[in-house]
Amino acid sequence: MKFLSSIGKYVLLMFRVFRRPDSARQFRIQVVTEIEQLGFASVGIIAIISIFMGAVVAIQTSYSIDSPLIPRYTVGYITRSTIVLEFSPTIMSLILAGKVGSRIAGEIGTMRVTEQIDALEVMGINPASFLILPKIVGAMLIFPVLIIISMFLGIGGGYMVSYLTDMVSVETFLYGVRSFFLPFEIYYALSKSVVFAFLITSVSGYFGYNVRGGALEVGKASTKAVVQSSIMIILFNLILTQLLML
Amino acid sequence: MIKVENIVKSFDGNTVLKGISTEFKTGINNLIIGQSGSGKTVLMKTLLGLHQADEGSIMFDGREFTTMSEDVKKEIRKEIGMVFQGGALFDSLTVQQNVMFPLNMFSEMSEAEKKERVDFCLDKVNLEGKNDLYPSEISGGMKKRVAIARAIVLNPKYLFCDEPNSGLDPKTAIVIDNLISELTREFNMTTVINTHDMNSVIEIGDNIAFIYQGNLWWEGSNVDILNTDNKEINDFIYATKLTRHLKKT
Repeated sequence: MKFLSSIGKYVLLMFRVFRRPDSARQFRIQVVTEIEQLGFASVGIIAIISIFMGAVVAIQTSYSIDSPLIPRYTVGYITRSTIVLEFSPTIMSLILAGKVGSRIAGEIGTMRVTEQIDALEVMGINPASFLILPKIVGAMLIFPVLIIISMFLGIGGGYMVSYLTDMVSVETFLYGVRSFFLPFEIYYALSKSVVFAFLITSVSGYFGYNVRGGALEVGKASTKAVVQSSIMIILFNLILTQLLML
Repeated sequence: MIKVENIVKSFDGNTVLKGISTEFKTGINNLIIGQSGSGKTVLMKTLLGLHQADEGSIMFDGREFTTMSEDVKKEIRKEIGMVFQGGALFDSLTVQQNVMFPLNMFSEMSEAEKKERVDFCLDKVNLEGKNDLYPSEISGGMKKRVAIARAIVLNPKYLFCDEPNSGLDPKTAIVIDNLISELTREFNMTTVINTHDMNSVIEIGDNIAFIYQGNLWWEGSNVDILNTDNKEINDFIYATKLTRHLKKT
């Protein structure tokens, strides 16, 4: 019952969020700010994790292939497929759910308990739209860019392994990376990243917006935002994979 | 003028406001006083539309507020300035950006005109030269003054203040009280102040509404309140040793 009530409240909040912004100029400024704060500020962590994960995938694939019947270029092929199809869009989104989701819930929750949201409402501003919509739009624009960066760097990590070790030659690795490439895979990955961006920002915004109490409740809301966003990402990953890959 | 008629508000079966009717007149300081938990904050939030009244009506200069659509309510809210208890300044914005915020949202002024208006309002609250400081870099009294400057920047017809001098030393509190009072008269606003500070009551209480257990228990001026024999009011006013001592002398 509580679950259904939460879904109802979330849907009602989204109706308030997706209203015309009170000031178009202010909205544009906020979207740019959110792109900087949610997106560019995450490039560092995305880069480190992608490079190392790409390298690890290449090493593990190389280690697992011990049959002479399986060509060595499979290392490059598996690295690319893993990074493009699953690691960059899904695992990176889970990491962003932790970083971005807790930030959004904490920021909006603190504004709620310090009456800043009431102040917006009294001024005649729709606080739900003012606070959450720029984050949703900003994230939906910048997450695909982050995911593309992650793809390049992840494959770059695998390339680094081929360059620095004798597990597989650089030429063979790159041949594998180019093998059986379907542009649809990129479309699939970016579609997922846009949906995950929406889920992370809207779910975190919901938990922050509905905080009641003080600092303790803001902390709890941040934790809930990360957990629920992660669960939604896992769930929608399955649904989108079924829908797009069949 | 704001006219309130038979306002009832309940939360989960607990009736907090039990049919309050009163008038808040223009150009004077209208104070709502009462003990903690008496319902004065709920009354103010209901006046602002942050709580929906269960029954009754609220008229802003003849315009019925409770039954208005959200879009029309938004227009009335642009005529309202509000000073929150903690200031409710936006942490990520400087003093200047906080005061300029309503102008950025609702005015067609040029940047130069906005800056001029912000400087005028900061000057009114005696905060010149603090434009570039963040809320975390200024004192509690200054935060209240920035909040007042932000509240008056759009030339509001109605000014609401929720415990504007809570957490301030008595000297600064009186400065804030007198500032609100001067602005009320200068700009001819309908000002409603929620307080339980007796210094404010005596200093600026032109019209005082005493809320007791969700009812409007007593109404009068700061002169009347010192001479009333109403038991609940006397219990409230003379709750401290200092006020009892002053009464004796």
